[in-house]
Amino acid sequence: MALAPSRSGGVTFLSLQSRSLSDPVEPELSNRPTGCTFFSMVPAANQTPSYLEQLEAESIAILREVLAQFDRPVMLYSVGKDSSVLLRLAQKAFWPEPIPFPLLHVDTGYKFEEMYSFRDSYVSEIGATLVIYRNETAIAEGTNPYDLGTSRCCSLLKTQALFDALRQGEYDAAIGGARRDEEKSRAKERVFSFRDEFGQWDPRNQRPELWSEYNGKINKGQSIRVFPLSNWTELDIWHYILLENIPIVPLYFAKQRKVIVRGSQLIPVETAARILPGENPEEVICRFRSLGCTPCTGAIRSSASTLEEIIGELLFTTSSERATRVIDHDQEGSMEIKKREGYF
Amino acid sequence: MSTKTTPTIGAGHDAAKPSDTSLKGVRAILEQSKNLSLLRLSTAGSVDDGKSTLIGRLLHDSHSIYDDQLESIKGKGQAEETGFDLAYVTDGLRAEREQGITIDVAYRYFSTPRRRFILADTPGHEQYTRNMATGSSTADLTIVLIDARKGVLDQTRRHAFIASLLGVPRLVIAINKMDLVDYSESVFGAIRQEFTSFAKKLDVRHIKFIPVSALKGDNVVTSSERMNWYQGEPLLRYLEEVYVASDQNQVDFRFPVQLVLRPNQNYRGYAGQVRSGAIAAGDEVITLPSMQRSRILSIDHWGIGAKPCSIERASAPMSITLTLDRELDVSRGDMIVRAHNVPKVSNRFDAILVWMSESPLEPSKHYILKQATRETLGLVESIDYKIDVNTLHRSSPTPLALNEIGRIRLVTKQSLFLDPYKLNRGTGSFICIDPTTLLTVAAGVVVEKGDIQSLREKEQPTVGTDLHRESSLLSRADRELRFGHQAKTYWCTGLSGSGKSTIARHLENQLFRDGIPVYCLDGDNIRHGLNQDLGFSPEERVENIRRVAHVAKLFNDAGISVICSLISPYASERAAARKVIGAESFFEIYMSTPLDVCEARDPHGLYKKARSGDIKGFTGISAPYEPPTNPDITLDSSTLSVEECVRQIRELCSRP
Repeated sequence: MALAPSRSGGVTFLSLQSRSLSDPVEPELSNRPTGCTFFSMVPAANQTPSYLEQLEAESIAILREVLAQFDRPVMLYSVGKDSSVLLRLAQKAFWPEPIPFPLLHVDTGYKFEEMYSFRDSYVSEIGATLVIYRNETAIAEGTNPYDLGTSRCCSLLKTQALFDALRQGEYDAAIGGARRDEEKSRAKERVFSFRDEFGQWDPRNQRPELWSEYNGKINKGQSIRVFPLSNWTELDIWHYILLENIPIVPLYFAKQRKVIVRGSQLIPVETAARILPGENPEEVICRFRSLGCTPCTGAIRSSASTLEEIIGELLFTTSSERATRVIDHDQEGSMEIKKREGYF
Repeated sequence: MSTKTTPTIGAGHDAAKPSDTSLKGVRAILEQSKNLSLLRLSTAGSVDDGKSTLIGRLLHDSHSIYDDQLESIKGKGQAEETGFDLAYVTDGLRAEREQGITIDVAYRYFSTPRRRFILADTPGHEQYTRNMATGSSTADLTIVLIDARKGVLDQTRRHAFIASLLGVPRLVIAINKMDLVDYSESVFGAIRQEFTSFAKKLDVRHIKFIPVSALKGDNVVTSSERMNWYQGEPLLRYLEEVYVASDQNQVDFRFPVQLVLRPNQNYRGYAGQVRSGAIAAGDEVITLPSMQRSRILSIDHWGIGAKPCSIERASAPMSITLTLDRELDVSRGDMIVRAHNVPKVSNRFDAILVWMSESPLEPSKHYILKQATRETLGLVESIDYKIDVNTLHRSSPTPLALNEIGRIRLVTKQSLFLDPYKLNRGTGSFICIDPTTLLTVAAGVVVEKGDIQSLREKEQPTVGTDLHRESSLLSRADRELRFGHQAKTYWCTGLSGSGKSTIARHLENQLFRDGIPVYCLDGDNIRHGLNQDLGFSPEERVENIRRVAHVAKLFNDAGISVICSLISPYASERAAARKVIGAESFFEIYMSTPLDVCEARDPHGLYKKARSGDIKGFTGISAPYEPPTNPDITLDSSTLSVEECVRQIRELCSRP
């Protein structure tokens, strides 16, 4: 194919169109594709991938980049919906090879029973390798959010445990499912996010990240957190789960559950729940919009029991995804503080 | 004021609001949103021009902020009529809220029934210019804010220039705070005129001017009744409607290999993301750098909601896996392209570099270059000039410091596969990494000679303005493929009697016997014909070299290698020849035979005449010879045999 004439032809046309910079661009002129002025190079059926296909393609490219740039990558697996999407993307990225890195679950011991059983059955079903890490010392000492406060508890059971797990496994890259639309400080994250020898994030001094050139260079002891879902929104995740028919923990679907109604929060009655004087567990039709540890994850009143109903609910909701996550609201900028310390 | 009471997809526009919240309504919304296009945009403008407020307004009025997020910023900053400071919606870091400025790029996501948006909110402050560049690198459109009271500022120009440098094809100039200038049409008109005259120097295809008040909401989501003189659409509608699909390069297929997938002996797949163009199963391709031909056996893809399978055709920006019909040695960093549409394969190229590190560029340092999926070491060979981003004037080529921009020439250890950034953002861009600190220190875009001609003020036109170039239907690459050989020029320089002509003749003979089309241009022979009007004054020597270089270039373009044998005593003229011929095709062979040996040989008795003064300006005796500082090969014919010299050059020839 003689491609060059078409290209220069396109440029000539455009410069004619935009002679007067201040004039509004006529839609019919600007609608003309630049690639095919003289010859029809591109088949007419050429379709620009939809935004969801573009997001998927970008995430897959990021995952492949991780495998190419690092010696010992690991994928954080929290059993939540974002993790489920991440797993599917990893299956796609390396297919027909199996997922080429282990999954790491940093377990606080406070997860829902349904999360543990889902984790074990799903991971074995897809044939992935799972590494579970717990800060056993802290768990043995009875670390809990009621006595220590949520931020100390998170710091020991999640941040410290994650740091130890990554160090012990000598992982140089940790892939996580965090999204920029979740929270203010996450909106500032890079796709390849540098962590120093102490696992810490310096938001004021991040490496510039241009185009899709990801800099994964590190010295020994340092690591990179990788966020392939950076550009996805909560709705995109649900939409993708629906289209891909991805299995998720049943906790996301509404059913009658035993909870304690505490102010505007619905606290699930699981083994770790601490019931305050005067509180009585109630049966409420509810579901979880976001999953964390049982003492710190509130349910929402909802009757959405299918994916489409969840999406419908999401379309009309007035509160954000993390509104039910107690740990985000301890103090001004609490997520940023946690992230600096090494939290995902 | 109502906050998020309408759906995210479906917000902002009554027309597309679902009539019911039933599953049917949800399915309709999802069906509709599946086909939405994506617009990536960035914002720019000086501090206090109201950028964060505008974004807050866009998010707020398109119902993209949740109640609890509004609740968390209530009462902070300067509460406006909305009850909260719109700017607080976007500033994410504590330091940013404390100082009231944006430090780093923040990404925001919102959608309307017509489009999905990814917005990069970039800092206005001069010291964070690098973050502004980061936000622009992937943008289809940049909104530049201007405070109507202040007009076009240095920072406005700087940001508009950086956006154009990073290939953002369209700018929206949002002239903000119109409420503070009584919604005056003449203020708007004056700023528009000022920016338009500045923008003539920029390489931006479309510029749209919109008068807005982010604070009051005029012309942001809905048309303003207070500015009836403005006939155009409000900002959000423009963002929804502007056509951007044509920005994607759909012509040049470029597939940088990310990974090789080998699940078993029978499958060898090349995984990667199509950077530009499209490919179909059965198409003929070549892989770079090996230049081996093959055909696409299958395009393997696991689409959304589908099973993994082979598809007929793939286009940018899909992530796919290709298999070829022949076993080839292909690895990460290689590139698969169409057989008749190849990028430039070169280890020397021109680029514009945006320096992003506190430590200035070190001219002698080898930086790590990442381009497409390739990684190599690169050295800045020369800094042509720096660009003053405020005036767009060129300034002296001192090493680049933080936030400075300059045009440079790079030489890399391995060849890269490059397209000019203007034609291909995916293969015309690269980053530089400091090998010690491992930080990303610069971003670069590949330019062709004359790419930023508009920025040059005193450029002498080399040809009359009525002269045009006719381009052939055949490219040099076409000819090279036909001949199975990349045409090169071997430039032999050295004193008279140093052995240039002897070596050149034997090399020509050897290459010819090896099946390589080759021709020898001997300085003395050319002076008998083409250059018989030239003598040996410095000016005439310069003209002599210029003509020979252009002839060599024509031969190379025709697919024929050339051996030039000329004394060519001046380093600057050899550099000029290199430029004419193209650095990637030019090899400098320095015959370093000592003067006394040359003089003893004196094949034509010229040294004798020079010593006696019969010949004036004879190189080595009465005229200077400037030895090459960094030749591709140095040969001393007083110690090496002719065969050995030819062998060494031959080795150079087989280099990729």
